[in-house]
Amino acid sequence: MNNPVSVMDVVGLVFIAVGLAFDFLGCLGLVRLPDVYNRLQAATKAVTVGTCSILLGTFFVVGFTQAGVKALLCIVFLILTAPVAAHAVARGAHRAGIKLWDKSVVDHYRDDREGEA
Amino acid sequence: MNTVENKKTMRWIAGTIAFTVIILLIIFRPLPFLFYKDLPFVGFLGRAMYIILLSALLCLLRVFLGPTGADRIVAVDILGILIVGFCAVLTVSTGRSWYLDIGIAWALQSFISTLALSKYLEGKGFDE
Repeated sequence: MNNPVSVMDVVGLVFIAVGLAFDFLGCLGLVRLPDVYNRLQAATKAVTVGTCSILLGTFFVVGFTQAGVKALLCIVFLILTAPVAAHAVARGAHRAGIKLWDKSVVDHYRDDREGEA
Repeated sequence: MNTVENKKTMRWIAGTIAFTVIILLIIFRPLPFLFYKDLPFVGFLGRAMYIILLSALLCLLRVFLGPTGADRIVAVDILGILIVGFCAVLTVSTGRSWYLDIGIAWALQSFISTLALSKYLEGKGFDE
């Protein structure tokens, strides 16, 4: 597949390139940002959208074959599960007492938990 | 104080130069992959594979030097999603559809393990 010939191949490779950019920038944010919550919210959203874009490009390249249907199924599964996992990790980290960054300005979840306790 | 700022600035400049050099090497002169000669590690999809591998290397860096446990859990979760994307690129480049089976199974396993590890981080039992 080194020489794209049809229009759908070109569209799929453009989607794959956009997804690669999202993936790399998300992982750069995972390394560079100062806090667990910042890293979580940078990396999870960007990498989920990037991988879904790569899978959509795969679907455009291979068409309605076995691999294309599997790619669509994988997109649905990732969109359903990745935010749930990120939310669970953030809630667990906050309940385990991991501090926010010292320049963070607001923490609504701590106020809610003080209200319920 | 001034020396600390200088050291951080020097680290930032060195890291930026190193990553620019690595990305330019990936784009303009990708290495041939030595062990699997049937995989096309040149061309656009080869460069795509190299960029995903570089992102996975960044995730492993965060796993190694993350200060808390939550950092490591987040990095392993992101690594699982990246592996799904790598399986998709392998499917496009080789034309074999069973790589996406591996991707779906890996996404399922990564989701369940992340949920279990976050429950463990929260300090509760697994049965509630």
